[in-house]
Amino acid sequence: MSAAPGPARALLVARGVSKRFGGVQALSDVSFDIREGEIYGLIGPNGAGKTTLFNVLTGIYPADGGEFVFDGQSLGAVKPHEVAARGIARTFQNIRLFANLSALENVMVGRHVRTKATVFGAILRNARTREEERAIEKRGYALLEYVGVHRRANDLAKHLAYGDQRRLEIARALATDPRLLALDEPAAGMNATETGALRALLERIRGDGTTILLIEHDMKLVMSLCNRVLVLDYGRKIAEGPAAVVQKDEKVIAAYLGADVTLDVKRA
Amino acid sequence: MPHVLLDLKHPAIAKAGVILVAIALACLPFALTSNFGTAWVRITNLAILYILLSLGLNIVVGFAGLLDLGYIAFYAVGAYVYALLASAHFDLHLPFWVILPIGALVACVFGVLLGTPTLKLRGDYLAIVTLGFGEIIRIFLNNLSRPVNITNGAMGITGIDPFRFGTFSFARTDTVAGLAFTGPIKYYYLLLVVLLVVIVINLRLQDSRIGRAWEAIREDEVAARAMGINTRNMKLLAFAMGASFGGVAGGMFSAIQGFISPESFVLVESVNVLAMVVLGGMGNIFGVILGALLLSFVPEVLRYTVGPAQMAMFGRTIIDPEVIRMLLFGITLVGMMLFRPAGILPSALRKRELETAAPPTATAPT
Repeated sequence: MSAAPGPARALLVARGVSKRFGGVQALSDVSFDIREGEIYGLIGPNGAGKTTLFNVLTGIYPADGGEFVFDGQSLGAVKPHEVAARGIARTFQNIRLFANLSALENVMVGRHVRTKATVFGAILRNARTREEERAIEKRGYALLEYVGVHRRANDLAKHLAYGDQRRLEIARALATDPRLLALDEPAAGMNATETGALRALLERIRGDGTTILLIEHDMKLVMSLCNRVLVLDYGRKIAEGPAAVVQKDEKVIAAYLGADVTLDVKRA
Repeated sequence: MPHVLLDLKHPAIAKAGVILVAIALACLPFALTSNFGTAWVRITNLAILYILLSLGLNIVVGFAGLLDLGYIAFYAVGAYVYALLASAHFDLHLPFWVILPIGALVACVFGVLLGTPTLKLRGDYLAIVTLGFGEIIRIFLNNLSRPVNITNGAMGITGIDPFRFGTFSFARTDTVAGLAFTGPIKYYYLLLVVLLVVIVINLRLQDSRIGRAWEAIREDEVAARAMGINTRNMKLLAFAMGASFGGVAGGMFSAIQGFISPESFVLVESVNVLAMVVLGGMGNIFGVILGALLLSFVPEVLRYTVGPAQMAMFGRTIIDPEVIRMLLFGITLVGMMLFRPAGILPSALRKRELETAAPPTATAPT
C-alpha cells in the first residue's frame, strides 16, 4: 500500500536475462528486482533494449538466458496469456487497442482472464453467465471512470483522442487484475496537461496497491514518480537506484549525451 | 443485452414488428406457391441454407477475422454424413435427429483438423491453406469410390432419405384444413426453426465473453494474447463452431435434394458464401442475413426476368440469359464494393445499438 519501498518484498526478480536477435545482443545479463508497491522506472536511450525486456517478460519472446521470477515462481517458458493470468498486464509503445470495439468492450475483454463463461454458458445464457456478464460490464465501466474515459464508453476505440486511448489501454490492462502493471511509454506524445493527469493516475494506481514497471522517456515524469530507476544501454544495466542518485550517475549522463560531454551541458 | 434490430426504440413497436414478420414468413410459402409455383419455395429453402452457411462462416471470418476460403468443405462433410447414413448406399436409414448431430460433430472435428495447422497463419496465407483444404475434401469425395466404394465418386449418392418423424414424412404432401403442405413447404418451416435457433446462438455468442475474445483476436492478436486470451483455443473454437453450423446445413441440404455429388461443393460455392458475408457486412449478423438473401435471390430473379425482358425489348433473345445474369450479378458486386466497402449493414448499426444502451451504474473499482 505504502509508496515507500522500505523493506517490502520483491514482486518481480530478473536473474541474468539475456536476449539476442541475430548479431544484436538486445539484452545481456540484466538483473534487478521490483518491490511490491513501488513504481520502478526503466529508462535508457532508444534501442537500449527496454521494449525487448517487456516482450521477454510478457512471454512474447523466449529469453536466451536467465529468467524472470514473479511472486516466487519462474516465468520460464510461460505463454503470454498465462503471464496475464499470473498477474502481469502490459500496455504497448504504439497503442494496440481493439480499434473497432467500443471503449467499454475493450475493457470488458480485459476481464476475460478473470471470468469463466464457456461457449455453452454463452449460448444457454444461464443465470450464472448473466450474472457474470453484468459484473464484467459494471467493472468495465468503473475502470473507465477510474482512468477518466467513461464519457466515451460507447465510442469505438479508434475514435478516441490520443490521450484517451493511452488511458483506455491502462484501463484495459487493469481489468485483468494485475499485481504488476507494465507500461511502455504511456506519456509518449502527450502534452503537459495530459502528462500531469497521467502522473496523478499512476500515483493513484500505486496508492491502490498495484506495482508499476514504467518505461518512459519523459525524464521529469520518471524522476518525480519512480521510487527506483533502472538504466539500460546497449542491452546492459548501467545503473540502478533511487531516481535522484541515478540522475547524477556519470555513466547515465554519458549514455544519454555522449561520453565526452561535460556535466554543465543542459538538455534542450 | 439488447439485440440489434429487435430494439427499435419502443418495445411495443418492436413486438408488433416481430409479429408482422412472423406472419409474413408463415404465409410466404403459400403465396409463393400460388403466384410463382413450387420452384420458388425450393429457391427460398436454398436461400435459407445459404443464410445458415453465411452465419457459420461469419463466426470464423466476421467474428474471429480468420479468412476461410474452403468453408464449403464442412457443408460437404455434413451432406455426405447424412447421405451415407440415410440412403440405400450402405443400406443405413438412421433418423435425421440422430444424423444431424453426428454430422455437426464430424464437421466440427474437420474444423479443428483445419484449424490446428493454420493457427499461426493469417490473411492471405490462411486463405490459401483453407482453399487447399476445401479442394482436398472435394477431391477425396470424388475419388473415395475405389478400392472400397465409400462416396460413390463423381456419380454422387442418390435416393437419400427425406426427414421422417415416425409416420410423418417431409417428402409427402399433406393436406391440412384445405392447405396443401408440400415437401418443400414442410422443409421451409423446419429450416425457419433451425435458422431462428442459429440466429439466437450467433447473437448470444457475439455478445458474450467468447464473442469478445474472438473480436479481440480479429482486432489485434498480440494485444489479445497479452490480455490473457488463449488465442489458440479461441481460434480452434471459432473453426469448430463455424464448421458445425456448416455440417448441420449440409445434412439438411442432403435430405432436401435427395441427391448429392462432389459437384455441389466446388470452390465457387465457398467464394459465394464468403461474398454473402462480405457483401452484407462482416461481423454483423443481420447484414450477413441480408447479404445471403440478396445473393441467393437476385440471380434467380434475373434468371426468370432477363429472357422475357429481351423478348419484350427486341423481340428475340440476343444474349443468352445465363451469361447476362452472371454479368449483371458481377457488376452489382463490384458496384457494392465500390460504394459500400464495409457491406450493406456495416457496424454503424452496432454502434447505434451501443449508444442506446444505458451505462450501468458505476461503483469504485476494488
